[in-house]
Amino acid sequence: MVGYVARRVAGFLPVLFVIISLSFFIMRLAPGGPFDLDRALPDQVRANLEARYRLNEPLGAQYLRYVADVLRGDLGPSFRYPDRTVNELLGLGFPVSLLLGACAMIVALCLGGAAGLLAGAHRNAPLDYVAMSFALFGVSVPNFVLGPMLMLLFALALGWLPVAGWGTWRHLILPAFTLGTFYAAYVARLTRAGMLEVIGQDFIRTARAKGLHESAVVLRHALPSAILPVVSYLGPASAAVLTGSVVVETVFSIPGVGRYFVASALNRDYTMVLGTVIAYSALLLVFNLLVDLLYAFLDPRVHVQ
Amino acid sequence: MSRASGRATGASPWEDALRRLRRNRLAMLGLGILLGFVVAAALAPWITSYAYDKTNLPYGARPPTRAHLFGTDELGRDLLTRILYGARISFAVGILATTVSLTIGVTYGAIAGFRGGRVDHAMMRVVDILYGLPFMFFVILLMVFFGRNILNLFIALGAVQWLTMARIVRGQVLSLRTREFVLAAHAIGAPPGRVLVRHLLPNAVGPIVVYATLTVPAIMLEEAFLSFLGLGVQPPMASWGSLAAEGAAAMEAYPWLIVFPGAALTLTLLSLNFLGDGLRDACDPQLSGRH
Repeated sequence: MVGYVARRVAGFLPVLFVIISLSFFIMRLAPGGPFDLDRALPDQVRANLEARYRLNEPLGAQYLRYVADVLRGDLGPSFRYPDRTVNELLGLGFPVSLLLGACAMIVALCLGGAAGLLAGAHRNAPLDYVAMSFALFGVSVPNFVLGPMLMLLFALALGWLPVAGWGTWRHLILPAFTLGTFYAAYVARLTRAGMLEVIGQDFIRTARAKGLHESAVVLRHALPSAILPVVSYLGPASAAVLTGSVVVETVFSIPGVGRYFVASALNRDYTMVLGTVIAYSALLLVFNLLVDLLYAFLDPRVHVQ
Repeated sequence: MSRASGRATGASPWEDALRRLRRNRLAMLGLGILLGFVVAAALAPWITSYAYDKTNLPYGARPPTRAHLFGTDELGRDLLTRILYGARISFAVGILATTVSLTIGVTYGAIAGFRGGRVDHAMMRVVDILYGLPFMFFVILLMVFFGRNILNLFIALGAVQWLTMARIVRGQVLSLRTREFVLAAHAIGAPPGRVLVRHLLPNAVGPIVVYATLTVPAIMLEEAFLSFLGLGVQPPMASWGSLAAEGAAAMEAYPWLIVFPGAALTLTLLSLNFLGDGLRDACDPQLSGRH
């Protein structure tokens, strides 16, 4: 187990290295630079700026320097916010994005899991149809449509929740549901499919035969096996939640990392973009490892070695 | 599909599947709505008398009227017209990018499954790793740095969406390649490429078609996502995503600008999902009603 984790963590390094190199060269091989402003800078100012950020060195040297800096945990200065380092900016935005993403995942798992469980336990009953209709609707409505709609209804028309912004738990509700609904719907479909897969198996019949209450059969015996597909979906889902946060943070004016990602890319803020990609990728690698460990814990047939 | 059903008399698996599909009311409803959208998009110039890019500032942001069924946007352009022309972009990107993803996914998965062993292991390990990455961030980078045009858009999207297809095809090929008819093909000396293309892949068409149908809405969603961020289709052209973005920006004052494009997009994605689910159930009766 310890050996397995150690080997996986060692495997992160080459992956991160590929990610850094890929993003670095995608950005640097494209035309344009951070100082190509609408109004051209005087040549001397521009040369000084480029010298300050070492953009005048050969690309290879810049790349090696950047990788060495990252290995030391230094993501460099931001090109757009000259007084800030990327570490500082990520330190401000990352906790916000992380909280939003975690809430969205909780919405997805609780709402989706409950809906799928009920639907699967009452196959072809009205409850099943209602839950699955909502689920199909949920995977079909884009979050940038759902977000403004929820805002229109609950914030502007009814006035129950703040329109946008960040600060209190009430600011979290609409964005978390906007971001989580798609995954809740998907989780509901997976859970229901898993339930139907499991519910016909011998060990469930045994559990029923020994006189267990139906809720105990479903929750204690069927559920742990039925949610295995959901567990393996957690990895891709968390990657998608982070992507979706780009839009949701924009819609609700949340000061997270995602909201600034597109702006940073458009401004050619190289270090900020790279820093965000590195931070998100590292987070996902760790999370995927946790998911695999959880899977092995839940499924006695899988052993980590 | 036509070749298989043309050759067989009685109920071939394809005819069976088609019959099951035709009995699925939701799938047929989805198909009908989709055809409606496609026809409307194709006949757009005859349906509306407005130009999608002709601005008319004094007539900006009017709510729906008889002359403008869906109202006008802030520059006075007819919203119905823009939605119809936007449908062309959204559908074209959905279909073309699905083709790209289909090509990459099927090739990759087929090679992995066919070679098996260590090659398969390495290739699938790569897929596992890619699965966990924030892939859309790379698409955003590609779009920002290599130009926001439609060609880049569908290549970038197709290049992202092939992972699941590769897994499905690999699984199919892996389970088929030890069957007797494949061994027989090897035995009579068919070269590996021919075995793969003529014997293995045709037997995996069902899952491929089903998953491709489910890929189209996923890609349309991503196109809309990029256009919403201003990285997809550029003005004065519009896709449903960019229309939704314009609408979301102005929704407090002019709610119809988000409602209609949002509804068109949601209805289309819903129909595609109905159809995809129906196709899956039809091709694999054992799975019926499971998902």
